[in-house]
Amino acid sequence: MKTPDPRRPESWVCVRPQGLYVAPGDFYVDPARPVERAVVTHGHADHARPGHARVLATKETLAIMAARYPGDPATGRQALAYGEAVRLGEVTLRLVPAGHVLGSAQAVLEWRGCRVVVSGDYKRRRDPTCAPFEVVPCDVFVTEATFGLPVFRHPEAAGEIAKLLHSLEVFPERTHLVGVYALGKAQRVICLLREAGWERPLYIHGALQALCDLYEAQGVPLGPLAPATAAAKGELAGAIVLAPPSAIADRWARRLSDPVTAMASGWMRVRQRARQRGVELPLIVSDHADWDELNATLDEVAAPEVWVTHGNEEALVHHACARGFRARALSVVGFGEEDDTPGETPPETPPEEAPAEATRGEGAG
Amino acid sequence: MRLFAALLDRLVYTPQRNGKLRLMVDYFRHAPDPDRGWALAALSEGLAFRGAKPALIRALVEARTDPVLFRWSYDYVGDLAETVALIWPERPGANREPSLHEVVEALRGAGRSEVPGLLERWLDALEPTERWALLKLITGGLRVGVSARLAKTALAELGGQEVAEIEEIWHGLEPPYGALFAWLEGRGDKPEPGEAAAFRPLMLATPLEKQEVEALPFADYLAEWKWDGIRVQLVARGGERRIFSRTGDDIGGAFPDILEALDFEATLDGELLVVRPGPNGGPDGSPEEVAPFNDLQQRLNRKTVSAKLLQAHPAHVRLYDILFEGAEDLRALPLLPRRARLEAFLARERPRRLDLSPLIDFASMEELKALREAARDNGIEGLMLKRKDSPYLAGRPKGPWYKWKRDPLVADCVLMYAQRGHGKRSSFYSDYTFGAWTEAEELVPVGKAYFGFTDEELKRLDKWVRDHTTERFGPVRAVEPGLVLEVAFDAVQPSTRHKSGLAMRFPRVSRIRWDKPAEEADRVETLRGLVEG
Repeated sequence: MKTPDPRRPESWVCVRPQGLYVAPGDFYVDPARPVERAVVTHGHADHARPGHARVLATKETLAIMAARYPGDPATGRQALAYGEAVRLGEVTLRLVPAGHVLGSAQAVLEWRGCRVVVSGDYKRRRDPTCAPFEVVPCDVFVTEATFGLPVFRHPEAAGEIAKLLHSLEVFPERTHLVGVYALGKAQRVICLLREAGWERPLYIHGALQALCDLYEAQGVPLGPLAPATAAAKGELAGAIVLAPPSAIADRWARRLSDPVTAMASGWMRVRQRARQRGVELPLIVSDHADWDELNATLDEVAAPEVWVTHGNEEALVHHACARGFRARALSVVGFGEEDDTPGETPPETPPEEAPAEATRGEGAG
Repeated sequence: MRLFAALLDRLVYTPQRNGKLRLMVDYFRHAPDPDRGWALAALSEGLAFRGAKPALIRALVEARTDPVLFRWSYDYVGDLAETVALIWPERPGANREPSLHEVVEALRGAGRSEVPGLLERWLDALEPTERWALLKLITGGLRVGVSARLAKTALAELGGQEVAEIEEIWHGLEPPYGALFAWLEGRGDKPEPGEAAAFRPLMLATPLEKQEVEALPFADYLAEWKWDGIRVQLVARGGERRIFSRTGDDIGGAFPDILEALDFEATLDGELLVVRPGPNGGPDGSPEEVAPFNDLQQRLNRKTVSAKLLQAHPAHVRLYDILFEGAEDLRALPLLPRRARLEAFLARERPRRLDLSPLIDFASMEELKALREAARDNGIEGLMLKRKDSPYLAGRPKGPWYKWKRDPLVADCVLMYAQRGHGKRSSFYSDYTFGAWTEAEELVPVGKAYFGFTDEELKRLDKWVRDHTTERFGPVRAVEPGLVLEVAFDAVQPSTRHKSGLAMRFPRVSRIRWDKPAEEADRVETLRGLVEG
């Protein structure tokens, strides 16, 4: 390996088989395999893996990891508040909000006057369940590109919630079943529904319970929630039921009366994607930046150099280069599989039901 | 555009007929005039505009976007209208958002050279879903799974009327249908059907059930063959000529050969067939025989018909009733005198491509039963029994007309693939592709069925599929060759579409043979032996 040199950022922040490695601090950011020391940006399973000896993250992310990986030891966990600086080896690390899910953070790395920001997953829209993305000017900005194609431009989330409520007016006797990722999307959709005036209980799949409880404990009020499985069939007519994507088109959903199947995800922007999932009511609600926001963020952060980690890197790199950035793809393995990871498999569904047909490698949209 | 776009967006994703109906009723209730009238026109008849072709749309978007990003996006999305709708670089506030009627009226009045400018302005002013709806609208063919009949059913529901009432006046109406909505909402009189070549709701037959056969007073009935074609109504009135499907859709565009033959003033009821000289001839000894249903299918749903197709698949209508002769409404007459009027009409007019569906002589119910069982000629599905004194009534009254189809054929087939259903059945593997054995002991698909079993059986089938999956392709699972389905079907015909070279008509699962070993299922050869003609 080349000698680390602050003038060449790729010499001190580099890709190893385990993940993105920060040499002068001897730690990894969001490693895909167990390592000695990990900095974890947020709790989604493709970023927060089990088995690391020491983990540094926000207290919310640590709580999410503890809930998801009860087998991990409680030792070696260090919570860092947003903005608080800590020294790891020769590197100064700060976590600043990424606006993606509760506790999500960008890792701001500084070494000998050079600043690299690893933004993890982020969005720029208002989200009542987490702190908003903070712009940190830097020398190198490491960005995701989940929705890195110009066809992905998310509409206002409030309008998508209005679509759901309108459907409930047209089909008042049908259960509206909404597919949501268990961490983040579920709680955001719940909050958006509350903001739109939906005060009735929301029924949830068992796999969402623990994280909803955790959000409430962390100070995000969600209003009345009830387990969907315990509800009488008549009670669910005209009700909203939230379940993980893998459950919406499977046997679990049979208990519901003639459900309208909805799904809240940025992928719903593209019709073919929605159809593959058997979705009748696609709701374009995303926890990732859309194309315009990815590009606006590059402008605001104003880093001369941009590394693109996962999603549609090719298009974002092409466009960023055309706009004068030094941009390149950084192939880090393991990101973008939130929906298919074991941590997401709903416990109420038999193991045979692991969603092999779920769109693979797309990440939590 | 906003409400219309939201409607199309929902219709595209809603598989069930009832869901689509509800969405349309909701739209018609809330959308303003004249927008909803144009929406109705687009949903029922389609709106065609000059100069709004895909190539133009492509040129517009390529002038406004990075070609590399456009190409990658198109590759990803896979549909031009959708890609353009999503990628179009917005100019918020650039223009006022147009309403649906402004779009339709502007395009109707625009010259070819004005279209690109209009389109570009609108694309700038609209949101992605509305841009998508606009592009679908102007390139024709909404393809949202709504038939004209379904749109009219929604109107009927909106106004608390019978759909037959709407069908009856429909062809005297013009978009944007202001008078129609006024009537449906109780603000105006029922529009007059006028002198136009109007569709008249059809009289339909009910199936003759086994237990009804013995009690039927057969002497009161006329018998005809039940032709395996498409029910049509031919209308020629005041210089207008139309061919309506059973549901009142105008399908004349696909049958110029029939339209040409409507050189008279009448409304006739009959069966659309492909008829041509063949080795077997017709049941009456003529050299012309009815071609397999597949041949007729080649002629359906076409915007234009090639001369070659017209020659190879000549259309023909076999007539069995007359509703109007000139301006005279014959529907209140009993069947016997109506039939006499039809025969006299045909003898006088001698139209080309039209002939009379013959009556079948019979002296006893036993004789009829035998005729029905023997009815295995091409183009014949069984018998029709019509009461001699029945007037022509709209709808499906029970008693005056019976259809008495021959018993279906059955074959034991092996389940090969199962696909997830839609709507209520989206969690079930409910659509089954089944096969038969070849000489080489290989299974080849011979058909697909998705009904004929109870909900309980479906649960068990679904479980079986999950337990015996060998491969997955998206929503489809391939399964081990281990389950035999007894499949009933009306006929089997040669087909180039399937590897087996066969296609079944109306296949459905008649029994699930949980007991039967797959090796004992039927062979392709056996099925081939059932091909008629």
